[in-house]
Amino acid sequence: MTGDDRHLPLEDIHAAAGARFGAFAGWSMPLTYPAGVMKEHLHTREHAGLFDISHMKLFEVSGPQAVALLDRACPLDAGALEISQSKLTFFLNEAGGILDDLIVTRLGDTRFMVVANAGNAVADEKHLRALAADFDVKVEPLDRVFLAIQGPEAWAALSRAGLETGSLLFMHGIEPRKNWFMSRSGYTGEDGFEIGLPQADARELLAKLLEDERVLWIGLAARDSLRLEAGLCLHGQDITPETDPAAAALMWAIPKEIRASGTFIGADALRAVVERGPAQKRVGLKPQGRQPVRAGASLFDTDGNPVGHVTSGGFGPSAGHPVAMGYVATPLAKPGTRVFADVRGTKIPIDVSSLPFTPHRYRKG
Amino acid sequence: MAKIYFTADHEWLSVEGGIATVGITDYAQEQLGDLVFVELPETGKKLAKGDTAVVVESVKAASDVYAPVDGEITEANGTLSSDPSLVNSAATGAGWLWKMKLADESQLASLMDETAYKAHIA
Repeated sequence: MTGDDRHLPLEDIHAAAGARFGAFAGWSMPLTYPAGVMKEHLHTREHAGLFDISHMKLFEVSGPQAVALLDRACPLDAGALEISQSKLTFFLNEAGGILDDLIVTRLGDTRFMVVANAGNAVADEKHLRALAADFDVKVEPLDRVFLAIQGPEAWAALSRAGLETGSLLFMHGIEPRKNWFMSRSGYTGEDGFEIGLPQADARELLAKLLEDERVLWIGLAARDSLRLEAGLCLHGQDITPETDPAAAALMWAIPKEIRASGTFIGADALRAVVERGPAQKRVGLKPQGRQPVRAGASLFDTDGNPVGHVTSGGFGPSAGHPVAMGYVATPLAKPGTRVFADVRGTKIPIDVSSLPFTPHRYRKG
Repeated sequence: MAKIYFTADHEWLSVEGGIATVGITDYAQEQLGDLVFVELPETGKKLAKGDTAVVVESVKAASDVYAPVDGEITEANGTLSSDPSLVNSAATGAGWLWKMKLADESQLASLMDETAYKAHIA
């Protein structure tokens, strides 16, 4: 860890909870708490895991041309979103490569919330501001603590803490209090919520949540194993400016009309990729046996020809076996296809697998 | 009576009759977190001090465990193949990693005793 890492506003609370810190995306972040990654992971799937994700950035985009700006910046039909509806989308470069993945929520006719990844937040803001110069719109980075509470008991824990979530469905977001933003979404595959709020309010909410034995702090290590089991991408690993949504198997996030006629940045390049078909595709990878296969490992076919690489890999505590994802040549992207990884000289057999490894349990209505 | 030594890389050695039983310390297992896989060495493998003897894998990462002295592997702890978490729950006991026949017992003199190791991690 370097001394230049930024510190979470609630670092004192994590330190008091016994967090072990490490550097991630320019931040000093809790990696694990005394329970350890395995227990933290399983607790989230069974009860409620609490995550401090204040390294991520919230932007409010508002003004008469907010829809027009977002339709230019993202492969999105912002005007088709209902108020409170959220959508996964991207900033693409002209080549169709993924600069960042984002969640956009419509707060009002001309107001949207954009949630960006920590590592890309500075570049995202610059990118969005440069585009906004041509539109009648305001881009405002918000100073918020950002918490996630995930797992089957997340809603009940919030309710006990005085925050009712009843009518809110998966991929919807609202402003329940002044300067609060709460969406039913997350990065674990479980039902759960992400809440952006002022620091003083966050401390008050946490005091109530942490009295609840169903709620446990969860570090970045378990956040990573949870999202990997859920088949969710980490930008910088599974998706990068060198991968496009077609190769990343994320075309479902782009509305059909927009694919054909949208004028978003990267539209032409993406149409060309879709037309000829991506050379490689992102897939789930299930290593046979107990040995994990890590990011960066090369993949080979039965004859030893290189066919792809692993972008995320580790052990899935809920799956009970190693889990990974990566890219393979499109003809091999079918579940059940056998490939091999070279791990320190040993060939590990791996089956291409459908994602997620653990079923999503979202509250969709 | 076995004599216990420690290395700066957080390994322990219990030496008796020219054979060292080697594992990682409680401090090391705590740093690594929950282990999910241990890649064990083959019996008969000759190692020089500093060679990778074992790879321990946590949920998140793989870490090398080095041979603390020269020698030949006489046994690996096969129980860890089915239960790698023994290294977490009993790092200095049932979670031992391998046994090796020492090539040069004088190398032990450069290792730490428990008091020195405790000062090292303090």
